[in-house]
Amino acid sequence: MSYTGKTTASRPHWTEFFVESLIRVLGFSTIGFVLLIFVFLLREGLPIFFEVAPGNLFGALWYPTFNLYGTLPLILGSALVTVMAIAIALPLGVATAVFVREVAPHWTREILKPMIEVLAGIPSVVLGFFGMILVAPIVREFLGVPTGLTAFSGALLLAYMALPTIISVAEDALDAVPKSYRDAGLAMGATQWQTIWRIVVPAARSGIVTAVMLGMGRAIGETMAVMMVTGNAGRMPLSLDSLFRPVRTMTATIAAEMGEVARDSTHYHALFGIGVILFILTFLINLAAATSIFKKRRKGGLR
Amino acid sequence: MNQKTLRRRLQPAVSTLPRMAPRHGSIYVHQMRVGPGPILLIAGLAVALACSLMACEPRQPGVQHGSIGAVQTIQNIGSDTLVNLALAWAEAYMQLHPEVRISVTGGGSGTGIAAMINGTVDIANASRDMKPEEISAARANGITPVEFVVARDAIAIIVHSSNPVSELTVRQISDIFTGKTTNWRQVGGEDRPIVLLSRESNSGTYVYFLENVIRLGDPKSRLLFSPDTLLMPSSEGIGTEVRQNPNAIGYDGLGYVSGEEKVVAVAQDANRPYVLPSVVTVNDGSYPISRPLYMYTAGEPGGHIRAYLNWVLHDGQASVLRLGFVPLR
Repeated sequence: MSYTGKTTASRPHWTEFFVESLIRVLGFSTIGFVLLIFVFLLREGLPIFFEVAPGNLFGALWYPTFNLYGTLPLILGSALVTVMAIAIALPLGVATAVFVREVAPHWTREILKPMIEVLAGIPSVVLGFFGMILVAPIVREFLGVPTGLTAFSGALLLAYMALPTIISVAEDALDAVPKSYRDAGLAMGATQWQTIWRIVVPAARSGIVTAVMLGMGRAIGETMAVMMVTGNAGRMPLSLDSLFRPVRTMTATIAAEMGEVARDSTHYHALFGIGVILFILTFLINLAAATSIFKKRRKGGLR
Repeated sequence: MNQKTLRRRLQPAVSTLPRMAPRHGSIYVHQMRVGPGPILLIAGLAVALACSLMACEPRQPGVQHGSIGAVQTIQNIGSDTLVNLALAWAEAYMQLHPEVRISVTGGGSGTGIAAMINGTVDIANASRDMKPEEISAARANGITPVEFVVARDAIAIIVHSSNPVSELTVRQISDIFTGKTTNWRQVGGEDRPIVLLSRESNSGTYVYFLENVIRLGDPKSRLLFSPDTLLMPSSEGIGTEVRQNPNAIGYDGLGYVSGEEKVVAVAQDANRPYVLPSVVTVNDGSYPISRPLYMYTAGEPGGHIRAYLNWVLHDGQASVLRLGFVPLR
C-alpha cells in the first residue's frame, strides 16, 4: 500500500478498491463453490440414509435395480484399488523424485521434468483404453487369472496417473532441504547414497507424505480409466485373491449409473449418497495432506 | 457418456464465473464503496450455481410442434441397442422429407423413458417395456405413454472363438450367470474358469436377460446375476473382452455381434433343438432369447411424429435387416 503521491493522484481510489474486492471475491468464491457443491451433494444424497435400512445400505449386495443398495463392496473396492495404486506409485515416485533432484545431471533434469509433466496431461479415457486393450490381456496371461479386468490392472493405471503428482510434490520437498544438510553428510564421510537415504529423504519426510496424500486423492477420485479396466463386478473384495479379481469402485458406479437414473428415485439418492461418502473420504485425505504441510511449515520445512 | 452428463450439469455454474464477476463487481463496488459488494456478489454467484445445479434442468428441446413452414424437429433419445437403427431410420426419413429434422441420441432405455416422462423428448427408444413405476411417474406428470413395437432383437450368447462349447440350454446359461456353474468343464468345455460379462444394470438388455434367461421368465424368481459378473459400460467392452479372453462368456444384441466372437446355439430346454440366432429363427420364434424393441411417445402422437412412426412401421422396416435386427414381418 505504499504508493508515491503521484501514483495515488493518477489512480483513483475506486479502481484500487474494485480490483482488490474482485480478487477477494474470486478467492472466497472458490470456497463458496466447494461449500455449495457439498450442500448440493448432501441435499441429494442424504435422503438415502432414511429411505433405505442401514443393514441394506451397508450390506454386501449392490443391485440397485432390485432395491439392494449395499455400498460396502464399492467402498472396499475403491479402497483396495487406491491403496494398491499408492503401494505401487510411492516407491516409484519417490525414487524418481530422488533421481531427478539429487542424482541426475542438470541436462537430464531439464528433459525429465517436462516429460513427467506431460504424463499428467494424458486423458484418463486414453489410459483406460490402453489398459483395456493392452494391460488387461498381459495381466491375465502373466498372472494366470481368469480375467485381466482386475483391481490390480486398475491399480497399475491409477499408479501411473498418481505418479506425476507424487513426483513433483516430492521433488519440491527434496528441494526444500537446505544444501548445508547434504554438505554436512558428505563432510562426515557419508557416501552420496547414505546422504540421500539417511539425511535428505528423512528431512523431506512430511513433504513426501503430502505427495502421497495428494496422489491418493487423485487416485480415489479417478473414474474413467478405472471403469474401463476393473471389470466393475460388485463383489466383496475380502478373499486373499481379491486383488486379482474384478472390483467395482464408487466412482465407476456413479459414472456408469447416473446417466440413466430417474430423478429423485431411491437409486438417484443412493448414487448421491455414494458421492457424499466419496467427498468425505477425499476431504479427509486432503485434510491429512494439508496438516502435514502445515506441520512442515511450523517446523521450518525440515521434518 | 455418463461423465459427459455429469459435466454438463456442473459446467454452466463454473463458466458463469468469469463473465459475471466483473459486471456485478463494477455496479456494487462502484456505488457503495464498502463491504457488502463481495457478499452480494457471492450471494449472486451462489444463486447462479444453485440454479444451474438444481432448478434449471435441460430445457424443452426443439419441440416446435406448431411451427408451420419452418423445420419440424423430432427428438429421439434412448436405448443404445436401438441407436444405430434409429439413426439409420432418421437419416433415410430426412432424405425423403427434408422439412423434418430428427436428432437421435443413445444413453440407454432408462434415459429415454425418463426424458419422455419429463416431457423433454418426442420419442423414447427402449429395448424393454416400461416398468409400472415409470408408467405411474408418467401419469403423475399428466402423460400417457403410447407404445410402438418397431423391430425385434435377438440376444446372442457369445464366447471366445477357441471355446469348444457351442450349444447351451437356457437353464445352463442361467446357472452360468448366477454363479452356480463356474467352470467350462461342467458344460462340456475345457477346464477353465468362467468369466461372466454383462451390460451395466441400467441397460435394457440387462433387465431383459435377467428376467427371461436368468430367471427363466418366472416373475416370482429372485435369482440375480452373480456378484462376480463384470459389468461393462458398453457393448464394445463386452466384445473386446470376449475376443481376448478364452474364459469369457457374454451376451449382447445380435446387431452388435461381429464375426470375431463365437455365437452359441441356444435351446429352450434339453429336449428341444439348439438354434443359432438369425433373422429366420427369430421371426419363426424358434430362437428362445429374442425381444421386441419399442418406441414410446408421450400421448398419441400427432402431425409429423405420427407420420414418422408410420413410416418406421412400414417402409422403414426395409433397413432393419441391414443393421442386424429383425424386421416385424
